[in-house]
Amino acid sequence: MGLSSIAGHEVHVDQEGFMTVYDEWSDELAQKLAANIDLELTERHWEVLRFIRRDFEQQGETPTLRRVSNTGGIPIKELFDLFPKKPAKKMAYIAGLPKPAGCV
Amino acid sequence: MTTTIEAPVPAFDEESTGRKLAIICSKGSLDMAYPGLVLANAALSEGIETHLFFTFWGFDMINKETMGHLQFTPLGNPATHMPPLLMGLPGMTAFATHMMKKQMDGIDVPGIPEFLEMISDSGGHLWACRMSADMMHLEADDLYERVEGIISASDFLELSEGAQTIFV
Repeated sequence: MGLSSIAGHEVHVDQEGFMTVYDEWSDELAQKLAANIDLELTERHWEVLRFIRRDFEQQGETPTLRRVSNTGGIPIKELFDLFPKKPAKKMAYIAGLPKPAGCV
Repeated sequence: MTTTIEAPVPAFDEESTGRKLAIICSKGSLDMAYPGLVLANAALSEGIETHLFFTFWGFDMINKETMGHLQFTPLGNPATHMPPLLMGLPGMTAFATHMMKKQMDGIDVPGIPEFLEMISDSGGHLWACRMSADMMHLEADDLYERVEGIISASDFLELSEGAQTIFV
C-alpha cells in the first residue's frame, strides 16, 4: 500500500495497516499502534515486543506464540491475557512486524 | 506538497465475533492426531471459541497411558508411496513413527501432550466421549488432566450449538 501516516510520522504499511519497514518503528509508534487497538502497554507488553523484535531481527520471521513462550519465556496463557483474542497478530501489529506465517 | 493518509487499523475484534468451532477427533494414529490439533490451535489464536471432542480411537490422544506414544503406521497407507509388502515388515511402524516425529520436530511442531497443553493454555476446551470411556473402562483419572469432562454425544451437540463442526 505504501506510505501512510501514524501519529504524524510517515511510515510504510500494508493493506491491513501492518508496518512493513523494520527500522521505521519506534517506541512512540508502538504506543500509538497499541492505542489503535485499545491496548495500553505495560512493562510485560514491552518485554514481549522487545523479544519478538529481537527474534525477528535474528531469525528473519515473526515468532509464533509457541516460540515466544518457549524461547521468550512468556507463557501462552499470559500472551492471551496481554493481547486478548488474537495475540499473534496483535503483538506483530504493535511491534511493527509482519503477521507470523507459521501454522503452529 | 502531498499529504499522506492515516494508516488503516486492522479489524482484529470485528472478524471473530461469535465464531465457534467444534472438532471431533476420532483417530488414534500419530498422523491423524495432528490435523485437528493444528486447526484448533490456529482457530484459538484467531480468537475463535474452540471445542475438541475425543471419541473412539481419538481417546488415545487423551489417555495418559497412550497420549505420548501414538504411532504412525505406513501399512496400507498409500500416502507413503512405498510398496505395501515392505510396509508390513517387522519394525516398520516404529521406524515410520520415528521418522514422522523427527519431521515434526524439524518444523518445530510439538508432540501430542505438549500440543494439548498449548491448546488448553490458549483457552481451548477438551471433552471426552462417554461411550468411549465406558467401552474402554476408563475414568476421568485415566485421562489427561486438562480434559474438562466426560460427556455424552447429546451433551456435545448442545455445547457445539452454532459451531462449525469438523470430523477428523
